[in-house]
Amino acid sequence: MNSEKKIELIIEANKSKLHYWRDLWTYRELFYFLAWRDILVRYKQTVIGVAWSIIRPFLSMVVLTVVFGKIAGLSSGGAPYAIMVYAAMLPWQFFSTSFSESANALISNSNLLTKVYFPRLIIPSTSIVVGLIDFLISLGILVILMIYYHYLPGWQIITLPLFLLLATVTSLGTGFFISALNVQYRDFRYIVPFIVQFGLYISPVGYSSDTISEKWRFLYSLNPMVGVIDGFRWAILGGSTKIYLPGFFLSILVSLGFLYVGIKTFRKMERIFADVV
Amino acid sequence: MDTIIKVENLSKKYIIGHKQLSGKKTFRDAITQNIGDFKSKFIHPFSKNFSSDSPLEEFWALKGINFEVKQGERIGIIGRNGAGKSTLLKILSRITEPSTGKITINGRVASLLEVGTGFNGELSGRENIFLNGAILGMHRAEIKQKFDEIVDFSGVEKFLDTPVKRYSSGMYVRLAFAVAAHLDPEILIVDEVLSVGDAEFQKKCLGKMEVVSKAEGRTVLFVSHNMGAVQKLCYNSILLENGKIISTGGSNEVIDFYLNQANASSSEYIFSNVRESEKVAYATKFSLEDVNGKAISEIPIGKVWRVKIYFTVNYLVENLIIGLGMINMFETPIRTSWNIPLILEKGKYIAVFEENKIFFAPGRYRLLIGISKGKEIIQYIDKDIWFTILDIIEEQETSVINHNSGLLINQMKMYVEKDY
Repeated sequence: MNSEKKIELIIEANKSKLHYWRDLWTYRELFYFLAWRDILVRYKQTVIGVAWSIIRPFLSMVVLTVVFGKIAGLSSGGAPYAIMVYAAMLPWQFFSTSFSESANALISNSNLLTKVYFPRLIIPSTSIVVGLIDFLISLGILVILMIYYHYLPGWQIITLPLFLLLATVTSLGTGFFISALNVQYRDFRYIVPFIVQFGLYISPVGYSSDTISEKWRFLYSLNPMVGVIDGFRWAILGGSTKIYLPGFFLSILVSLGFLYVGIKTFRKMERIFADVV
Repeated sequence: MDTIIKVENLSKKYIIGHKQLSGKKTFRDAITQNIGDFKSKFIHPFSKNFSSDSPLEEFWALKGINFEVKQGERIGIIGRNGAGKSTLLKILSRITEPSTGKITINGRVASLLEVGTGFNGELSGRENIFLNGAILGMHRAEIKQKFDEIVDFSGVEKFLDTPVKRYSSGMYVRLAFAVAAHLDPEILIVDEVLSVGDAEFQKKCLGKMEVVSKAEGRTVLFVSHNMGAVQKLCYNSILLENGKIISTGGSNEVIDFYLNQANASSSEYIFSNVRESEKVAYATKFSLEDVNGKAISEIPIGKVWRVKIYFTVNYLVENLIIGLGMINMFETPIRTSWNIPLILEKGKYIAVFEENKIFFAPGRYRLLIGISKGKEIIQYIDKDIWFTILDIIEEQETSVINHNSGLLINQMKMYVEKDY
């Protein structure tokens, strides 16, 4: 019946829990259930429900194409402007959805934090899953767009999963960081929408990063989403855009840095979550 | 029997002070406080206390807790509100960390600190069974396997696919409990959750806990204010007060100690009557005496006792009824007595209740006083008015008396005859 061996558990003051990572594996099913719950609840009792996941990226793409392409006249470097914008919007919306959701994830699950044990890292992680689902739906729209423009992507498209992984790492890192901070310092609730909005302008979503002049390009790549979006563009637009490699590697470094800092901050603050949430 | 839980020198400290851990701390406060601290440190580098605001207060929710639980034991944890019971459970459930000490646990723990944890109103009953089961630590395969049993236990089969937000509170509780009742851990920690739900359901849940524990050797830690439930389920108990263990041992003894401690008994109570003096009648004093009129707070078994309720009538009243209710230490109502409705003029009176026929079992009893005019209640006093019936037997007719022989000790007429 109970095939698990008798594990001895020691709870001791001020000792970091060695079994935490083992617990993450043990509680993997909870991760699945919480993600399932978040997705289900999103669309319960909605009329346009799932359609919203399609309408939103589509509308954003239209607006950005008109604003940056037609009105501001920023160049796209060859490919249809709509696809260039969309290729960047995909990862951006994934990031912004995941980031915003994870910021509040711990607080909205406060009832779980105070009553049940499980490794808390699971909670912001499920927010990423929600973002991922939206991403996959939007990917479908991209395919339709490509068909509409009779656009065939090059071999580079195979590398897309890698860039998706990079986007996930960025989202996870920043998500862990912000969700932990938000539990104790509630002002982040106001800062998050601002970061997301600001981020939209300083990330090459509505314009190509080629438009940034050479001398600022490296500094510009401190934004981890620059690497992600450039990568996405390169993969989807068939290499017609070039990746600025130094900047790209800097972005990757920053992403990994965020992951490390994010997890460390989270683990450190986790012990007081139940007391302050 | 092996030790399954060992708690050594466990303490939990909270810091209360309006700048820390109050939950609403903002980043701005953190920054300004740190700057303030830095400033003071700069100006008074040798001063120990450099907090920029009022000193922080330490609150020890638990202090120096030591105990051991053996496998298969059912332990009750009792104490007043604020004694530290829930904190202890939270630490054992790994929800919050101890400040000092070490706990060793040898088995899978499932905690029931709340009914319906994680229930989401938008999801249906079926979906919530899976969600709640997973949150409580059950594996998906396990939930699937026990699904029918759970639905059966809860009795909400008809509404299984409706969103839980449409459920009545009773249905909600039954469903939540049904999931929890099918948890399969080695150690089950339960915190006062039985206080919700109707009596029948409470009995059902207690029964299941008992069965699960006795038959399958599960260890149970049970926190409750319901002394009857604790006494029935748990052989041994621990009494907490102000974060320390002040009594452990057999449940009966610990419960007695708790109740004796919690309620001072007195032979006389004066009621403050600030608001009552506008009423048509109100009680002013209560006293308990023995057959000789001597004021007492404890009575040996089998002796006559008298309650006197002093009351004042403000103006002529008809249908005045004075009632005396008696409740035992398990919160079971025993009996209510009242007079035939009276017509009384303005003045001061004493209502005397004398018990000379029924003899109640030893224990502590609580008295309630009610004054009403016909069916309309004028005053209802439900305070801590306790008295004790002592376990002292002076005559020989009464047979062995213990706590569990029943509420009354009056004997039936009984004889033995030969069966031809």
